[in-house]
Amino acid sequence: MTHPDPIYLDHAATTPVLPEVLAAMTQQMGRVGNASSLHASGRAARRVAEQSRERLAEALGARPSEVLFTAGGTESDNLAVKGLFWARRQADSRRRRIVVSPAEHHAVLDSVEWLAKHDGAEITWLRLEPSGRVLPEALADALGDGVDVAVASVMWANNEIGTVSDIAALAEVAHEVGVPFHTDAVQAVGQVPVDFAASGVDALTMTGHKLGGPMGAGALLLRRDAECTPLLHGGGQERDVRSGTLDVAAIVGLQVATSASVESRPERAARTAELRDQLVAGVLAQVPDARLNGPALDDLLRAGTPAAGPGRLPGNAHLSFPGAEGDALLMLLDARGVECSTGSACSAGVARPSHVLLAVGADTDRARSSLRFSLGHTSTEHDVQAVLDVIGPVVERARRAGMGSR
Amino acid sequence: MRVLAAMSGGVDSAVAAALAVDAGHDVTGVHLALSPDRQMLRSGARGCCSVEDSHDARRVADELGIPFYVWDLAERFTEDVVDDFVAEYAAGRTPNPCLRCNEKIKFSAVLDRALALGFDAVVTGHHARLADGELRRSVDAAKDQSYVLGVLTPAQLAAARFPLGGMTKDRVREIAAERGFAVAAKPDSHDICFIPDGDTRGFLTRRLGSRPGPVVDAATGATIGQHDGTYGFTVGQRKGLGVAVGDQQPRYVLGIEPVSRTVTIGTADLATIDEVVTGAPTWTGPAPELPFAAQVQLRAHGRPVDCQVSDGPDGGLRIALAGEERGIAPGQSAVLYLPDPVRGDRVLGQAPIQRAEARAA
Repeated sequence: MTHPDPIYLDHAATTPVLPEVLAAMTQQMGRVGNASSLHASGRAARRVAEQSRERLAEALGARPSEVLFTAGGTESDNLAVKGLFWARRQADSRRRRIVVSPAEHHAVLDSVEWLAKHDGAEITWLRLEPSGRVLPEALADALGDGVDVAVASVMWANNEIGTVSDIAALAEVAHEVGVPFHTDAVQAVGQVPVDFAASGVDALTMTGHKLGGPMGAGALLLRRDAECTPLLHGGGQERDVRSGTLDVAAIVGLQVATSASVESRPERAARTAELRDQLVAGVLAQVPDARLNGPALDDLLRAGTPAAGPGRLPGNAHLSFPGAEGDALLMLLDARGVECSTGSACSAGVARPSHVLLAVGADTDRARSSLRFSLGHTSTEHDVQAVLDVIGPVVERARRAGMGSR
Repeated sequence: MRVLAAMSGGVDSAVAAALAVDAGHDVTGVHLALSPDRQMLRSGARGCCSVEDSHDARRVADELGIPFYVWDLAERFTEDVVDDFVAEYAAGRTPNPCLRCNEKIKFSAVLDRALALGFDAVVTGHHARLADGELRRSVDAAKDQSYVLGVLTPAQLAAARFPLGGMTKDRVREIAAERGFAVAAKPDSHDICFIPDGDTRGFLTRRLGSRPGPVVDAATGATIGQHDGTYGFTVGQRKGLGVAVGDQQPRYVLGIEPVSRTVTIGTADLATIDEVVTGAPTWTGPAPELPFAAQVQLRAHGRPVDCQVSDGPDGGLRIALAGEERGIAPGQSAVLYLPDPVRGDRVLGQAPIQRAEARAA
């Protein structure tokens, strides 16, 4: 039976749209106008789109000309990885290597693997810490002198286990050997401090629906001096790097959500982290052999550097329950009105052991026995308590069902 | 009652799930992913294991407003059904993988897991009647699937529900259409789901490789041809023997001997049998006292024949047939029924056929 009033703890999958986003989008959708048209309606639409570009840039420490609107995180990742690879190899045919973390989202991983399979790219996988973090030394080792490297890509924050890497330090390492650096910041924006210019990265992926904006709207922040070959050809609307009529209502929604979540971040992140800590402590009290995956809860990126922020996303609690199957846990919680995730869903709907957990050295059983609770802007103590009310019996029941589906 | 509806993506299991919801049960849909390398789209009308099929099942579950999950049972299915299928053919027998899947997967792995997770029963779209623990043929004789359920035990049947046994397939499609299910007109799946192109011999050749051996005439003992593998043959088979015998009489496969890779063929009189010897039986209820009179069905789409069932060697059964039969293949199940024209023939149990012979030689 579908629960009438579910406890939503899957904010890393998507999070409720903010009321101000809904209002701004509804207003814009009622207006006619193609932002490329020259008449008054077109000009009005363009004004809204460009205003949104400026405000979004401001919220993320970028220049307006560095904001390319896309259809979301997947497109931005594809554009950055493929576009930078193609442009760099075009300029120097020795540049065939892509240096990348094995814990990336599939939008990056599959792009890289596609390039390797179809376009002569060579993949160098980065070494991960057990927390999932990529250290600058690991990147330096992988890059070598960099002459044969087209692009490096490391996510700002991991979608499954919540690990935050020191992106500024990594970008610096890449630049020392002249390699452009891309980061997938889909989970980071609005959760940890993200400043495009200060980070030094060449390209940054972000999307709207993880921070209270609409689905299907995202951006690639791309430095003005970064050469990037387009994926989508056509009207050349976005700096000739991305074509397609601007979806002005979605762009407004993306911007309003980004500005609002960046502004509310310090207070909200602190509150979310506190709830998350309660959740983890409560679960561990009831299921003592459960194990937190990813960095420690109070991990700081660089101790003593206040600007560095946390080493773990504030809303992320990723736990393994030995002897229970993530699938079974998810189903039992769902039946009790608690919504969470086993990681990133595969298109076939078949659970596979998480590539992220395997990449940080977990065995298959641990990877398959995991659940991700992700808290967000609407989470309350009531939500945490709802999990704690049921988690003990649920784990016990799932353990009785065993790892039986294998 | 909390029930788990196994949903293949076909029309039968969709309607079965819908009827379970109508009956007021708390229903959760589950699609079983059985193939380790699932195709994105269905190929032809066969099979039930593509991503498209799981999408079809999910569509129905969403319309019913019930939770839906995909359970990955590919490893279990490969071991217990596909590998068993190959091994049986390699041993000269003719297995029934649907029966094996019901025995080992649907009413074992899935049922056990469902019960452990707190469900009370598993609902499937099988065409068979089940009431008061008694398994009976469907009212739709042409679609009856009681044969492939004959292997279930009382404990398995106690937690199974077959809501479709009392209606015809046409009625099932009508209900699906009335409810606007997109699968209402989806073709029936046939044959073996893990051999979507229907080429069983090709599948076995890929798995077992070429294993040539002699084709021997039972009458003379002479080798009259060669074959590429005993697994290409089934006892009783008449077509595609690949040998020519001068007298123009049809020849049948009489026996398959996997060690010497010998396929023995002979004329109709030699292929005719009236007694079947089986391995140990399983019963759907309390074990009946031997001997007893019943009907037996000797293959998936065979017709029932009257028989007398008595003790056989090594804990098996000896089934004396009232008439003569041809093409009774070791590895198939002999499913025993008590005829009942009113409530439907009742399934007593089954036993794996070991050999078939002529009683009064």
